[in-house]
Amino acid sequence: MLSLKRRLSSQLRSSCIFNLSNMVDRVGVFKAVNQAVSWPLQLRVLAAFSASSASVCREPGAESLIGTGVGKMIHSLFLINCSGDIFLEKHWKSVVSQSVCDYFFEAQEKAADVENVPPVISTPHHYLISIYRDKLFFVSVIQTEVPPLFVIEFLHRVADTFQDYFGECSEAAIKDNVVIVYELLEEMLDNGFPLATESNILKELIKPPTILRSVVNSITGSSNVGDTLPTGQLSNIPWRRAGVKYTNNEAYFDVVEEIDAIIDKSGSTVFAEIQGVIDACIKLSGMPDLSLSFMNPRLLDDVSFHPCIRFKRWESERVLSFIPPDGNFRLISYRVSSQNLVAIPVYVKHSISFKENSSCGRFDITIGPKQNMGKTIEGITVTVHMPKVVLNMNLTSTQGSYTFDPVTKVLTWDVGKITPQKLPSLKGLVNLQSGAPKPEENPSLNIQFKIQQLAISGLKVNRLDMYGEKYKPFKGVKYVTKAGKFQVRT
Amino acid sequence: MTDSKYFTTTKKGEIFELKAELNSDKKEKKKEAVKKVIASMTVGKDVSALFPDVVNCMQTDNLELKKLVYLYLMNYAKSQPDMAIMAVNTFVKDCEDPNPLIRALAVRTMGCIRVDKITEYLCEPLRKCLKDEDPYVRKTAAVCVAKLHDINAQLVEDQGFLDTLKDLISDSNPMVSHCHPPWDVSLSFLFAPLERMDPSICEQVTPRLSHANSAVVLSAVKVLMKFMEMLSKDLDYYGTLLKKLAPPLVTLLSAEPELQYVALRNINLIVQKRPEILKHEMKVFFVKYNDPIYVKLEKLDIMIRLASQANIAQVLAELKEYATEVDVDFVRKAVRAIGRCAIKVEQSAERCVSTLLDLIQTKVNYVVQEAIVVIKDIFRKYPNKYESVIATLCENLDSLDEPEARAAMIWIVGEYAERIDNADELLESFLEGFHDESTQVQLQLLTAIVKLFLKKPTETQELVQQVLSLATQDSDNPDLRDRGYIYWRLLSTDPVAAKEVVLAEKPLISEETDLIEPTLLDELICYIGTLASVYHKPPSAFVEGGRGVVHKSLPPRTASNESTESPETAPAGAPPGEQPDVIPAQGDLLGDLLNLDLGPPVSGPPLATSSVQMGAVDLLGGGLDSLIGGTNFVAPPTASVPANLGAPIGSGLSDLFDLTSGVGTLSGSYVAPRAVWLPAMKAKGLEISGTFTRQVGSISMDLQLTNKALQVMTDFAIQFNRNSFSLAPTAPLQVHAPLSPNQTVEISLPLSTVGSVMKMEPLNNLQVAVKNNIDVFYFSTLYPLHILFVEDGKMDRQMFLATWKDIPNENEAQFQIRDCPLNAEAASSKLQSSNIFTIAKRNVEGQDMLYQSLKLTNGIWVLAELRIQPGNPSCTVRLSLKCRAPEVSQHVYQAYETILKN
Repeated sequence: MLSLKRRLSSQLRSSCIFNLSNMVDRVGVFKAVNQAVSWPLQLRVLAAFSASSASVCREPGAESLIGTGVGKMIHSLFLINCSGDIFLEKHWKSVVSQSVCDYFFEAQEKAADVENVPPVISTPHHYLISIYRDKLFFVSVIQTEVPPLFVIEFLHRVADTFQDYFGECSEAAIKDNVVIVYELLEEMLDNGFPLATESNILKELIKPPTILRSVVNSITGSSNVGDTLPTGQLSNIPWRRAGVKYTNNEAYFDVVEEIDAIIDKSGSTVFAEIQGVIDACIKLSGMPDLSLSFMNPRLLDDVSFHPCIRFKRWESERVLSFIPPDGNFRLISYRVSSQNLVAIPVYVKHSISFKENSSCGRFDITIGPKQNMGKTIEGITVTVHMPKVVLNMNLTSTQGSYTFDPVTKVLTWDVGKITPQKLPSLKGLVNLQSGAPKPEENPSLNIQFKIQQLAISGLKVNRLDMYGEKYKPFKGVKYVTKAGKFQVRT
Repeated sequence: MTDSKYFTTTKKGEIFELKAELNSDKKEKKKEAVKKVIASMTVGKDVSALFPDVVNCMQTDNLELKKLVYLYLMNYAKSQPDMAIMAVNTFVKDCEDPNPLIRALAVRTMGCIRVDKITEYLCEPLRKCLKDEDPYVRKTAAVCVAKLHDINAQLVEDQGFLDTLKDLISDSNPMVSHCHPPWDVSLSFLFAPLERMDPSICEQVTPRLSHANSAVVLSAVKVLMKFMEMLSKDLDYYGTLLKKLAPPLVTLLSAEPELQYVALRNINLIVQKRPEILKHEMKVFFVKYNDPIYVKLEKLDIMIRLASQANIAQVLAELKEYATEVDVDFVRKAVRAIGRCAIKVEQSAERCVSTLLDLIQTKVNYVVQEAIVVIKDIFRKYPNKYESVIATLCENLDSLDEPEARAAMIWIVGEYAERIDNADELLESFLEGFHDESTQVQLQLLTAIVKLFLKKPTETQELVQQVLSLATQDSDNPDLRDRGYIYWRLLSTDPVAAKEVVLAEKPLISEETDLIEPTLLDELICYIGTLASVYHKPPSAFVEGGRGVVHKSLPPRTASNESTESPETAPAGAPPGEQPDVIPAQGDLLGDLLNLDLGPPVSGPPLATSSVQMGAVDLLGGGLDSLIGGTNFVAPPTASVPANLGAPIGSGLSDLFDLTSGVGTLSGSYVAPRAVWLPAMKAKGLEISGTFTRQVGSISMDLQLTNKALQVMTDFAIQFNRNSFSLAPTAPLQVHAPLSPNQTVEISLPLSTVGSVMKMEPLNNLQVAVKNNIDVFYFSTLYPLHILFVEDGKMDRQMFLATWKDIPNENEAQFQIRDCPLNAEAASSKLQSSNIFTIAKRNVEGQDMLYQSLKLTNGIWVLAELRIQPGNPSCTVRLSLKCRAPEVSQHVYQAYETILKN
């Protein structure tokens, strides 16, 4: 029974049945039901059947929504830079004119700030779903009802892949590798339908550019296109290629926690939670089967898993058991929100005031350590969006350096690390536009910091065991805590 | 060296240069040239002129070059179908290449080339590839079948690809049968239609809540939401599920802002359906100052929905914080939210009002205006409680420049005129620029001054006369005039009655606002994760091309739950659909006249809303004259209205003008004269002519078969191809005796609409095959759409109004019917006999406007406005049609034309 269930969990055979449900052929589907052996599969066929019968019985065109809607996901993709140039387009079905982006530009204009462009825009004939990543807009054109999350996830996956391949996701990098980009996009979507999105597999089909390789290529005339089939696709574990070999077998885990918090004027916590991830770098030969256990797994009650993890095992024993993909990947992400568990490692003393009918104000902030578990807090940066009427700031800092950009009104103070003996502070005068009314609101402070060798939630890895292979791997776990969206209201 | 070099040749003659390079003998140069072509393509340059040259590069054993050429082909083949054919042979050859990568590439590219002619060549190679020894090729081929189905569904079935596909389901290699590991959103999509759900499915679905892909998570949420609908609330399992749903939803909010936005739109639905899921998670919706504005606004909305007595203090503190932010839209919404909290949580009202007063003191213009608008709502919810603040409000009178705020202020002044010493002065100051005000303000001012007059008749006689004359004589706005006349008549005939009407006690406004109407909500829950859930509209309202849509609804709840609901599990706010103190009873004309142009804080089922709007807009109300003609319009509506079985009770006065004649439903639709469908010369002597009829709800095809050949005809049979409206014969074609030469036989073939569906072009095209002992003959004919108009196509008038508004204007189609000398009455009865029902009629500036509805056999509603100008010599009738499936409009128009002209 367990194995049957697992087979369903691993999404067996979805695409073929999926195709069947597109094709309104009831008898055929019935036959498929009879052929299917496992009950979860039957269930799926049945579901597909009831979908197709619905399309027969109810209204014309229903099948187009039920079936092909997901099939034809993304029609076209446009990449647009910050100055509004469309610098790359890719069409999966037929060419859609660039002019469709005018609706996007319109929305952009309305939004005032680039980050505020709504992600879903409807136009008379299409929908535009976009993401904003690394100062680039990825604008996809779709024509049928599709799950927008699906498209957004996909777009982020595309951006991730560029990042992965070229080291950065920028206009220059994309232009420099335009042919690879084009090949990648074609491989990731077939006819608008996601095909290969695992970086493992993509990298075998299309090799990432390296300096060495491009030199070799130009000498030997070989290319970046893999001339063998992706072998991993032949294994029963779709996320891992077969025949992996390393001389040094290593498994490293990074536990990274970010604290999202809103602290109010008086210093009390309005809201705080921890967003954690465990990223893995696994370079192990063969087919290793790993289990990772924690000292305090009960902390993890809200978790998202990489598909390689056996969910049942987690449910019953609270152990992460998996056959890992090869290379870097995100094993889990989790959230700890219970108020008492979220320690706030820094405090800020602040006094920001603007005088009525005068063109100046006072600014004074000091940062100190709070619940830092005895570790050093480093990499502190404070960013403040000052009100529009602020012309300039005249400050002195006891530590680090500050900059104020009079155009964007952003004050950035690069503090460095806190030494408890001498708390860093920044104070001085604020010059306001004369005659303008004093600002109603005080700005929020955005704080960045980093604590090495600490997972602020207290999460600790207990042990890592490997089965299925004989060699002894090097193992390692690193912890780091950072500020996520950490805001102090003043 | 990077690829950016490919962009550099932008001078003139570029295409020419590329052409030369493409035809170069050197492999390297060729490859570079193709790369340049691809680079130009990615920036939207038209390089289709190079098609033949690029195709020539296809014959190569260099995999990369081949791949590049294929990439080019996919992009341009559609625009160059004839050229694409040139490449077919190479494709077919490549499908047999020893390298599986090339085989896969070839079959995949062929599938992408959406050229009909190519698909014919595709079949053989595709069949081979489906049985390829290599799983990668099989997988690619399986996807290709789906593509082919898109282009030509019939072909896929004819070629038996379905069966091959079925074999693949049991493919030994999971890669084939399992294409897209992370993309299993299809999951719920497949589960969703299951009629009876099994708890074990839930167990299968819940692990998906921890999936890394947010689209999968949301799909799993959808399945569970639907499942919970069938669960009894007292089951432990229900509680378990509730607990399981919260964390994944919250986790979605830590993703990228775009994902957050979509998640929030969906959470908005979920919170309305089951507030208990997230009732403890208020804090995650607190706004961060650098959230994008679209995320902020959504978060705010959800915060208010989750506000309850338990968390109101926190919420208010947050809202106050937001009200001092920089972004205007957000600040406005935050201020409004404070008002909504006051209305929703009674215990907090006082604190909310004082917060609002603080905000008014800031004197920030838009904050003040927004605050006044919400304070008006608070007055309506808690009358006679916070009037002490009126003085503060009046201080800000001059700074109000937005219609909504002005209207709100005027309402307050009118409502509390007896406590404001200088109410007359205040109102008079507004009167000066009466004609420059927006309608909303004008209507409000009119009502306020009448209220003032009734409260202080002695000092304000002049004022009231002034406003009445402004409204009735100097205004072009019919609503304003109508209202002016009513007041005038009331005041002049019976001041006591006027007092009773105008100063009547108003119903309280309900606590929840902006709720989605329950049936729509249920439908939207079924669309969680889709575009529909982002727009909060059913897919039928926006899916391109007016495809018919399966209306999903939640499964009916099992018995034994709602009543046993324990107080702990009861949602914080009143659940949608069962609010105790919703305002206006439907058709409450009094309420309408007094208050309702103040807008939104009305809730309850949509019927209530639409009736309210009807009061204000008076689209169907019949117009002023008839209204005044009615003697006792204050009487309860039901008393003056003869019981009308079709219309819901309480639709009020409007029923007086109902035009139902109640007859004519039994007579048949208009029948067109017979036309020759199949001439004898095309069918070896068999001539078929015919027409379509609809009588008492049944459709038939009246055929006349004539044998013009020299031999006897026997063994007749008939078959329809699948068509847009599922027409199919319900009985065989019965020709009892053999048809001898020159003999004619008439047959009425009954039709049903339960056949299978295929969209035809044109929509009403019907392809028919007739067989006899000689041969099989094919013909196609267009059937008039009115045979599909069903007998119960009369829409409730409030439904009509709501639906008319709900259908986007893009879907409206305008037509003219010339030379139609009918008057409204005659047209109406003529149309009614063909099941086009007149719902209301009114006369505007000499034109008769008929509002009509009809329903097609497949449930599509068409709404029509027919404009007839009796005196018009050209006898042109104007027709506007609104339908969710706009492609039927053209055909409905033709039906109108045929019916009206015959």
